[in-house]
Amino acid sequence: MIEREVTIRNRAGLHTRPAASLVKLAAKFKAEFFIEKEGFEINGKSIIGVMTLAAEQGSKLHLKFSGEDEEEMARAIVELFEQGFGEPMQ
Amino acid sequence: MTEQDGNYFTAVDPTSMPEEQTHKPEVVIKGIPASPGIAIGPAFLFRKSAPTIREKSITAEDVPQEIARLEQAVARSHKELRKILDFALSKLGDDKAKIFEAQLMILEDTILFETIYKRVRSELKNAEYVVHDEIGKYHRMMLTSKDEYTRERAHDVEDVRNRILRNMQEEKLISRLEGSSVIISQNLTAADTLILSRNDVLGYATDIGGITSHTALLARALKIPAVVGARNVSHTVQHGDRVIVDGYSGVVYINPSEATLRQLEEKQQQFKLFEERLSELRDLPAETIDGHRVDLSANIEFEKEIEFIRLQGADGIGLYRSEMLLIGKEVFPSEEEQAEQYRLIAESMYPKRVIIRTFDVGGDKIVADAVKENNPFLGWRGIRVMLDKPDLFLEQLRAILRSSTKKNVAVMFPMISSIKEVRAAKGYVEEAKKQLRAQNLPFDEKIKVGIMVEVPAAAVLAEDLANEVDFLSIGTNDLIQYLLAVDRGNDVVSGLYQEFHPAVLRFLRRIIERGKKRDVWVGMCGEMAGDPMATILLLGLGLDEFSVVPKVLPEIKKIIRSVKLREAKRIAKHALSLQTEDEVKAYLRSIMKERFPDIPLD
Repeated sequence: MIEREVTIRNRAGLHTRPAASLVKLAAKFKAEFFIEKEGFEINGKSIIGVMTLAAEQGSKLHLKFSGEDEEEMARAIVELFEQGFGEPMQ
Repeated sequence: MTEQDGNYFTAVDPTSMPEEQTHKPEVVIKGIPASPGIAIGPAFLFRKSAPTIREKSITAEDVPQEIARLEQAVARSHKELRKILDFALSKLGDDKAKIFEAQLMILEDTILFETIYKRVRSELKNAEYVVHDEIGKYHRMMLTSKDEYTRERAHDVEDVRNRILRNMQEEKLISRLEGSSVIISQNLTAADTLILSRNDVLGYATDIGGITSHTALLARALKIPAVVGARNVSHTVQHGDRVIVDGYSGVVYINPSEATLRQLEEKQQQFKLFEERLSELRDLPAETIDGHRVDLSANIEFEKEIEFIRLQGADGIGLYRSEMLLIGKEVFPSEEEQAEQYRLIAESMYPKRVIIRTFDVGGDKIVADAVKENNPFLGWRGIRVMLDKPDLFLEQLRAILRSSTKKNVAVMFPMISSIKEVRAAKGYVEEAKKQLRAQNLPFDEKIKVGIMVEVPAAAVLAEDLANEVDFLSIGTNDLIQYLLAVDRGNDVVSGLYQEFHPAVLRFLRRIIERGKKRDVWVGMCGEMAGDPMATILLLGLGLDEFSVVPKVLPEIKKIIRSVKLREAKRIAKHALSLQTEDEVKAYLRSIMKERFPDIPLD
């Protein structure tokens, strides 16, 4: 299992559109993917779960990947967070 | 008529209800005005009983059938939502239709449905129960979120869950009403509001909801009068009751008396005429009969007002109160945050001009630091604060400059009382430009710089100050307080605060004349600019720009378009010759009464 810490960087936070891109990207990988925020964990491949996170700009999330392609998946997902989902960051 | 598209009226057609409302007493419920207009008609009570869910045990043999039932319900819900989304796209455009996309995505959430299938198999419970319980978990968490956006999404989650459940229970779905009616409901989802609007809906009234709720948003987009947050309206109204929804004042009248009915019908008629007049005026310039054109712009505090001022036909924004960005904040917003906000405003108004006033903190407004002052109006406020806080000032100036790339932004300094202050402030503008150049960030090199004239000293120095800047904007509220030494917030003396005091008029004449002598334009962003009784006078004094509260824009434009500059000058001249405020007011009132009997004066 791989674990990573990320911060929400885009201004609007993890609202519907970024949540959708995250879930779509996650679906391309086989590994399991969970997101934890403030002790609350959801499945990162579930849009309703990601919507529930209410992660605003600056929130810190703990990501967990486990499965055969966990390395690549972690890399791709962390990059998406770092790019702020391609949205305005500041 | 029945149609299978996911809406579910357990109601009776209001037109078939017995006529007994004449015996019922009038009930008035106050709510929140959500969408303007007045609707009068029979109530259609839209009772949305959440589907009743019973927890039932099933056997292992029932599982495949149970799952098939759920799959069918999800597929049907998907089809319904697709239809709603297409309808929303055609009727509301991309932006507002997005509300429905989120619901569609939930229906496509394989993790969610796999979990539900798994639970049906392992717990041997009926699918309705598991759907209700599993989605309910997320719904509850979202409802308790601190984040408003997430709380709003909770309604989407609830809506999609109820849609699936209704489809599982194969409820009879009706979404056509006969005749026109006013929809009364405890709450309406975005889908309800939209789908109902395919009927002849006169108006909406709901128990709950705020000005930013889906109902409010969509009702405005659909131009249907609505009142939200009218507590208990859905329990008070009965089918077929005659109701009036007053979307201007946010009041719902149930079984109105004849007198109320006549009064509201009259108001409805008045507003209809007013709106017609307004739309005629909207695209016309603020120009006198003899072709003298002035700028009629709006004072705004929030970016959200832009849609409204556009509808009202503003020539631009004459005053954007940037300090409103500080409300509820503990720290000053970052340069980036500011730049984005300013750019948003500049771009949505383009090519019209936007004047951004630098933070006017202090006085009765937000205090930057906790400073105790005995007399804050004569204290550390406006430009004084910013000049003492160069870092904050430079950050704001850079943000404003960065929003000026389309050359429709101007910057304005509040509370200027000396040439020294203007020069210092301009020095910071140059410094900010230098910093941006060093960072290769684009901005308008020739950004217009102006000042507010609201301290008597600035009025006295108007000509010299005009030499330093591109424009003057008169802030009458403070100017009058300082000139007449009256705190208008002080009940004992507030009666001495007089807009039409002869000293005020002479001061205004002086500022406008001196400014124009130096070829700068002179505007006014104080309340007086939006007082219909002052319009002709100010025109006659030669004011170039009127910046007013959005709601009076059409009235002021109407007045400007109904006079000749020549007459206005004559009227101003006479008004300036009078000795007391009472005389000035009586004179201006007589002129207004004669020309504009339908414009209310106070």
